[in-house]
Amino acid sequence: MSTLHGTISRRLTWMNMLVSSIALLIAGVAFAAYDLATLRAEIVRNLSIEAQMVGSHSVTALLFNDATAAEETLAALRASPAVIRAQVFTPDGHLFAAYSRDGSPALPPPRIPGGLTEMSEFDASSVYVARLVVSDGRPVGIVRIRADLREMYDRLAHFALIVVTVLLVSLAGALLVSRVSQRAISTPLAAVAAVARQVTQEKDYAVRAPHVETPYELAVLVDSFNAMLLEIQQRDRSLQEAQAQLEARVRERTDELHATNNELEAFSYSVSHDLRAPLRHVTGFATLLDQHAGPSLDDQGRRYLTTITDAAARMAKLIDDLLAFSRMGRASVSKRRVDLSQLVREARDEVSADLNGRRIAWTIDELPAVDADPALLRPVLVNLLSNAVKYTSTRDHARIEVGTETRASELVFFVRDNGVGFDMAYAHKLFGVFQRLHRADEFTGTGIGLANVRRIIQRHGGRTWAEGAVDAGATFYFSLPTQGAAA
Amino acid sequence: MTADLPRILLADDSNNDLELTLAALRSHRVANEVDVVRDGAEALDYLYRRDRFAGRAPGPLALVLLDLKMPKVDGLEVLRQIKSDPALRLTPVVMLTSSREEVDLLRSYELGVNAYVVKPVAFGEFMEAVKQLGAFWAVLNERPRIVTPASPAGTRG
Repeated sequence: MSTLHGTISRRLTWMNMLVSSIALLIAGVAFAAYDLATLRAEIVRNLSIEAQMVGSHSVTALLFNDATAAEETLAALRASPAVIRAQVFTPDGHLFAAYSRDGSPALPPPRIPGGLTEMSEFDASSVYVARLVVSDGRPVGIVRIRADLREMYDRLAHFALIVVTVLLVSLAGALLVSRVSQRAISTPLAAVAAVARQVTQEKDYAVRAPHVETPYELAVLVDSFNAMLLEIQQRDRSLQEAQAQLEARVRERTDELHATNNELEAFSYSVSHDLRAPLRHVTGFATLLDQHAGPSLDDQGRRYLTTITDAAARMAKLIDDLLAFSRMGRASVSKRRVDLSQLVREARDEVSADLNGRRIAWTIDELPAVDADPALLRPVLVNLLSNAVKYTSTRDHARIEVGTETRASELVFFVRDNGVGFDMAYAHKLFGVFQRLHRADEFTGTGIGLANVRRIIQRHGGRTWAEGAVDAGATFYFSLPTQGAAA
Repeated sequence: MTADLPRILLADDSNNDLELTLAALRSHRVANEVDVVRDGAEALDYLYRRDRFAGRAPGPLALVLLDLKMPKVDGLEVLRQIKSDPALRLTPVVMLTSSREEVDLLRSYELGVNAYVVKPVAFGEFMEAVKQLGAFWAVLNERPRIVTPASPAGTRG
């Protein structure tokens, strides 16, 4: 703050003083030049009068060739302290009489141009005046006087002294005046600067620069600056309010989500407990009935009993799958580098366990390592491979191909089979819970496997889709974001 | 003969489950007498010989079969009290439940359950489970002899 204050006020002071000095100097020089010119003219005029007087007093002496009288006349010049030498010449240039105050060398006769009666010359220290002495219209002699210019130089020095004194005094005055007047400019500016700094450094939009009345531009600057601050303060406040609102809403939603999650957990817990118990009773009592009355039942009766038991077992499986699916949605995903080839091999071995002698031609490409949770990715692969095995069960030569394609920001994994395929019109239903495209008596299954696949892949930030045609095989895809694409 | 065998306590609030469990125990010829209680509070009364069980004969139990979800006091609480009572904690306790939730399993083992059996839905498996339980705990399992039953009144030394 002091820097700015110093800079601005120093600059203003310097400018004030420079301007005053230049004005004073110009005025001083102009006055001095004018005074010098006037003084020179006056000196010449005075000398001219003296020369005229000497001339008129020397006429008789010249006419009568009385040099002594002429010298007496010249001696009267002693009264003029500036005159250091005076000489009277005859018209043909011979020295007639002379006067010298200090024994300075004799002057040569002057050459007055024709038609003139008087002429004056200056050198550095003296002024020379020559005048024709005329009697009855005829030149009878020439007077030449030399006077020194000490008086003029004294006066010039004096003048310079006055100018310098005035300059100094007025500079001091200017300094004082500018100091006072600048306060009206630099103080509000410094205040604005200080406020601006506080705003930028401390983000405090509540500060204001003190109001000033004059000068007008500064008043406008300060007021506009304050108005701008008010605007910023208001926007800042509304921004903060919006942010607080947003945060509150996020918190609210998070709480709701937690509550829903807890409800869901409670729900699946009670499903696990309470839905399973009656099923157990159904199968239990069906078995007891079979033991108790089995021998007396006919075939139809026994088939009914078997159907009851099978249906209950199927429902138990559905409940288990649904619970597993629900748990999967809440399980945390802990990704690490996973060897996809290894995982696919293990999945293939798992699904190959119950092939009942079927032959399948596997084609498994070289597969890269991926970032995934192996505990979650494994059921995905097992599901896709077991689906491929299941839906090629009607083929004499089942073929299953596993591979990957690398795309811009994702790795696409696919399982292709030559099985019964599906109608693309229903492709959107494939990954839904309990959605099946085949009758239960055609292919077994609860309809939850692909829903689980989709949920797990989505938890990994990937996508799932499928392509196929009725009786022409199917290809199931999932993608995983590659490193850098998802973080 | 049966009087010499230690008894089994079965705590379950479901009639159906009780009938099935008893049928399974019977069909596998578990010879121990089975006492039935219908909730956790009754189970505790039975164990501590309180109220209507005040007159029951003291003596070590062969096994306590606890359903997890019961009215009033649940199976986990009964388990906790058994395992935190020096006089009872050596009594074998088996949680017999339809729950497959890991929290229940974990909590039961934390409290010191001797076995945790998920009641299979398929009756065959259920029978097998009950049979193994009965055989293991009631017949095979030799428990430390020093155990004395809880006797709050201290009438018998």
